[in-house]
This record gives sequence, C-alpha cells and structure tokens, in this order.
Amino acid sequence: MCLAVPGRVLEIAGEDPLTRSGRVAFGGIVKAISLAFAPEAAVGDYVLAHAGVAIAVLDEAEARRTIACLDTLEEAER
Amino acid sequence: MKYVDEYRDAALARRLAQAIAGTVTRPWTLMEICGGQTHSLLRHGIDQMLPEDVTLLHGPGCPVCVTPAAVIDQAIAIAGAPGVTLCSFGDMLRVPGDAGSLLSARARGGDVRMVYSPLDAVALAQARPDRQVVFLAVGFETTAPATAMAVLQAERAGLDNFSLLVSHVLVPPAIEALLSAPDARVQGFLAAGHVCTVMGTGEYEPIARRYRVPIVVTGFEPLDLLQGILSCLRQLEAGRAEVENEYGRSVRPGGNQPAQAAIRQVFAIEPRDWRGMGEIAASGLGLAPVYARFDARNRFGATDPAPPRASPCISGDILRGRRKPVACPAFGTSCTPEHPLGATMVSSEGACAAYYRYRRAAAA
Ligand code: SF4
Repeated sequence: MCLAVPGRVLEIAGEDPLTRSGRVAFGGIVKAISLAFAPEAAVGDYVLAHAGVAIAVLDEAEARRTIACLDTLEEAER
Repeated sequence: MKYVDEYRDAALARRLAQAIAGTVTRPWTLMEICGGQTHSLLRHGIDQMLPEDVTLLHGPGCPVCVTPAAVIDQAIAIAGAPGVTLCSFGDMLRVPGDAGSLLSARARGGDVRMVYSPLDAVALAQARPDRQVVFLAVGFETTAPATAMAVLQAERAGLDNFSLLVSHVLVPPAIEALLSAPDARVQGFLAAGHVCTVMGTGEYEPIARRYRVPIVVTGFEPLDLLQGILSCLRQLEAGRAEVENEYGRSVRPGGNQPAQAAIRQVFAIEPRDWRGMGEIAASGLGLAPVYARFDARNRFGATDPAPPRASPCISGDILRGRRKPVACPAFGTSCTPEHPLGATMVSSEGACAAYYRYRRAAAA
C-alpha cells in the first residue's frame, strides 16, 4: 500500500499551491498527480508518486552516487 | 536514470549477497517493517540469497492488514445507508471484517467503489452533489499526506457531501511496541523508505538509542534491500546501533516539510487498535477537532461492533514476526487469496499473500 512509483513530470498546470498538478509519465501510462507537496518539481524531474500525490522529487545526484557506490563495492568494503 | 532498472542489476545483487555473506559471523534476526518490502524480498528471492545465519522477520507494515475489523464493519454499515457512495483503495474492499467485506456490501446493492487516490473521491463528491461520498482512509505516514490533501481540497471547495472514515497508523509506536514485548527477537530493522520520505529519519534516532537497535532506511528494489540488509548487519557485527539512510534519492533527513505541515494541520494523534496487535498508544491519526465536520462517524453515527468470529487465523502472530505464514494450518488450504480468512492473505502486501504467491511450492 505504501507503494510509490517514480514518474517523469511532462507538464505542470495551476499556480494555486493546493491544486498544482502535473501530468506524470509512469512508463507508458500518464496520470494527473498532485504536486502540492513537491513545490520544487519542474518539468523533466522524476517525482515519487503515491495515491495520486507526489511525496518527493527524486535526487538524481544522490541516485547516481548510490549506483556508483554499489559499482565500487569491493573497494568500499571495510 | 529511470530509478527502477538500475536497482535490479543481477550481477551487482550477487556481489552484495557475497558482501553480506562475508560480513556475517553469527546469527542475526532482522525485520523489515513494510509489507511492500516483504513482497519485494520474496518476489526477487532475496531471502534465499542470504546466509542461513540471517533471519528475516516480516513486520506489521501493511495498513490494510492492521485495520481493525470494527472499522471495516463501520464502513459496511455506512455503505448501506441511503444515498451513500463509499470509496477506498482496492485491497480495502476485499478485507473481511466481522460482518463480511465491502465487496459483499456492494453485492447487496451498496454503492462501493475502488479509487486510486483520496483526491478521486473528492472529485466524485464534486461531480455528484446528490450523493454523500465517504472515503475510508487507511495508510501509514506515506498515505497521510494524500488524505490530508483530500480534506484540504474538500474544505476549499466547501463540500458538504464529502466525509472520511479515518483509520491511519504510525510506524514508530509500532516498532516500540514490538521492541518492548517480552519475547522481542528483532535485532535490527529495515525502516520503510516511503514512510521516511514523508517523515524523515529523526523520529527513529531515540528508538535506535533506547533499544540499541540499528535502523536502516531502505528502498524497495532488490539492490536497495540488499544494501539495507548489508548496512544493518555491518552495524550489528560492529556493535553499533544507529539510524542510517540507504534511500537517499528519496529520503531527506527532515522528510517532506509541506506534507508534514498538512498532516499536523488536518490530523490529531490518537490511540489506535491494530488488528492482531491490540491497542498501541499514540499510534493513530484521526481528524483534528477543527475538521470534525468531515468525520463520517459524526455524520452517520457510530455502530456497535459485530461479535468477533471464531477463526483459525494466526495473522496476529505473523504481524508481530512470531510465526511465518507457512506455519498456519489454514495457509493455502482453507485460506487462499480467493477465499481469504485473514487480512494478511487479502492485501497484496500481506505476508500470507506474498508467501502464497512466491513460496507455495516450498511449503507443500
Ligand atoms: S494463512 Fe490465512 S488464516 Fe492463516 S494466518 Fe494467513 S491470513 Fe490468517
């Protein structure tokens, strides 16, 4: 139930902080997602959506860092 | 970067599994709190990649599973009232209370609908001023922002035909309840990445200190889970008990501040009865007094609970990590996803449903 899915923001509509909403692509499916709790989200960002609401803008630098850490696992082993 | 495929790399997963095997020198028992993680662990066979010394227990992190039967019975009673359209998430419609499920209420003629978001229920109320639309709101901190948003939008729209039956739950009090039980076995936790996306990691610090348990915030993909397990085991082997965040692409230490502000505005903390675990103090969110006009209990009145049914279901033990689903005599025989006896078999994130889907052969 706490499943939250990353999707890419295609378009943003609305200025009102309470009803600001984005068209977000999840693979081939496009859904309207509330951006009220992701005020920093911009077109092209990946947001994490849960129950119709974006709960985070995913941090690309952090995501790349995680993958890079995993790639150098041997060296990282203490 | 698509944030999914990158975290399913099989070669990296094997290397993480090797690093785990190289870390462990004695038996350890970990618990993943979240049902979504339970499902992912079984689906990707991660439990089978771990050394025998590592036991994974599955926690109470499925909101559908822990919603008390009395709340479902109340929703069924409301769904039977004239002019009512009752909405909730798909799994909630199938969960049995003591008086049947919401789907059985629909079969009796009730207008019961599945929605993907509480905001869909608000839109329905706006489109159908002739109906009283009621949303059965369950979920952890992950879902609370969406429910709060529904209340705020309904308030803004001045809707008087929208109300909610709120039975939200909070994770940290449940962890404390598990750790303070006399038979507590869990030595380290994987904390739910999406709960922490909303709430941040601060509320886990005092728990890690007080009970001397490492708590590692973990995502949902195979590499996320393996990395979380590795970090947790490294802490245990080194005698550390800290909060670590292995889901940095989504979880900021302070969480999502606007979402937390909405939660504080709309909800009040209250005691909650957890199905299978009993009442836990300060572990629930209900509507704050200023939003009492949106409370379906006020609009439709409380109902008397139906008498509890006798059942062979041991889901209380399963939710507390005391037993695994295959230990239940009804598992896969009289209890299946088509004919569930307990909530842990209904919900796609319930431990019994996950074992039924991915580990039935092993149980036979
Ligand atoms: S298998 Fe069915 S009856 Fe047994 S604990 Fe799970 S839900 Fe309950």
